[in-house]
Amino acid sequence: MNEFVETLLELTWHEPKSSYDVVIIGGGGHGLATAYYLATQHGITNLAVLEADYIGSGNSGRNTTIIRANYGIPESIRFYQHSLDLYSTLEQETGCWIMHATKGLLWLAHTESAMRNERARAMLNTACGAETVLVDPTEIKALVPQIDLSGGGRYPVLGASYHIPASTARHDRVVWAYAQGAMQRGVHVLQNTPVTGLIRDGDRVVGVRTATGDISAGVVMSAVGGNVSQIAAHAGVRLPVRTHPLQAFVTNGYAQGFGPIISDTELLCYISQTARGQMLIGHEYDRETSYSLQSSFQFLQANAIKMSYLLPFVRDLKILRQWTGRCDVSADFSPIMGFTGVDGFVITTGWGTWGFKAIPAGGEAMAELIATGRTPELIEPFALSRFAADHTMADQGSTGTR
Amino acid sequence: MLIITCPNCGPRPVEEFRFGGEIPQPPDSITDPFERDLDQVWMFTNVAGVQTERWFHDAGCHRWLTAARDTSIDRFVD
Repeated sequence: MNEFVETLLELTWHEPKSSYDVVIIGGGGHGLATAYYLATQHGITNLAVLEADYIGSGNSGRNTTIIRANYGIPESIRFYQHSLDLYSTLEQETGCWIMHATKGLLWLAHTESAMRNERARAMLNTACGAETVLVDPTEIKALVPQIDLSGGGRYPVLGASYHIPASTARHDRVVWAYAQGAMQRGVHVLQNTPVTGLIRDGDRVVGVRTATGDISAGVVMSAVGGNVSQIAAHAGVRLPVRTHPLQAFVTNGYAQGFGPIISDTELLCYISQTARGQMLIGHEYDRETSYSLQSSFQFLQANAIKMSYLLPFVRDLKILRQWTGRCDVSADFSPIMGFTGVDGFVITTGWGTWGFKAIPAGGEAMAELIATGRTPELIEPFALSRFAADHTMADQGSTGTR
Repeated sequence: MLIITCPNCGPRPVEEFRFGGEIPQPPDSITDPFERDLDQVWMFTNVAGVQTERWFHDAGCHRWLTAARDTSIDRFVD
């Protein structure tokens, strides 16, 4: 038995109470991080996190674990850079090993116009505090000796923006680190407790319905991934969110080291090496909306071909497994955090293909919002009300959404 | 593989089509004209069930069609 499992055994699981100050729907990274920061920074421990399955079983356990801040608008860069900073100290803060590793991210350009975009990205990132520089093909080859700079003769690599502090961390460990920290401070984490409805008193949300009974709450927060439109509909809230499947796969172990993360917005795919040495390859999300978690051969074929243009060695690897997650993609490709216009119901959603990297900052900000009743400055631009105010945060700053 | 029956071209693989999304339907409960416009432009029902949606036959007849699909299992229904 390893040290990690031993630390889990000290956790106390509770039966649900009939009432809490705060109920968080969704025991993924965002829900548990919010609970953790409510407990540690605001002293609110009379709270429960309700998870339909086991914690981390949704998108927190299905993402490709990349942490980066090289976004395309200042508001996003500042938010994600703060999250990246919190991740880099999360092991000291929680005392849990999350397998955090700084790798750097190369965002490749195959055309002159893409080079202009990457040059602009590097400058904007630097101005907003995220460390990104423009690199030429020689520097790329030095970072990734395996790369075919001709792109299989079809996608020549002209350069890249290199986001130096980009990193990865083990996703389940992040989930469990937050769960453990919250539970040790008295937070109730209730697994296998799907929420079937919200209890309303007039215009207010005053609790949640579950199969095992009603639970009343001062504040209900939805940190649901996938089914957020259904949860919000119980409160009468309509969201600018569509749910798309996103697929990824891992290969068997690749014996050589593979340094940075490579992302390609023209081929719409990205790759990194896991701690086990497997190559983890992701793709854009499926274009049609769907809640199905069915993986497809079409995806494997299309994605494997594209990656083999850039990195010919992947042709010799075997595919170990593939999986699908549900991405809540907002209409402007930025997250939605904060008040919903319905008293007692706050929301964190729209995490599309970029939720994992935002877990610490999103959790910290939502905890402050719930504890103080005010929206923290960092997440003010991401309020749901931005759509009515015509201040959308359009930023397709991710390989999955171009 | 998903097959879409195009009214002009017959059954064709989904790769030939571009997804046009659900047809915006502000609920009757929203009565304020501004709120209805807002809902029409930005909000989605995003149903986990049968959704009426638009598809564009990009690699075929270049016409739009309306289809009903069960989004919970990603299958078209009649």
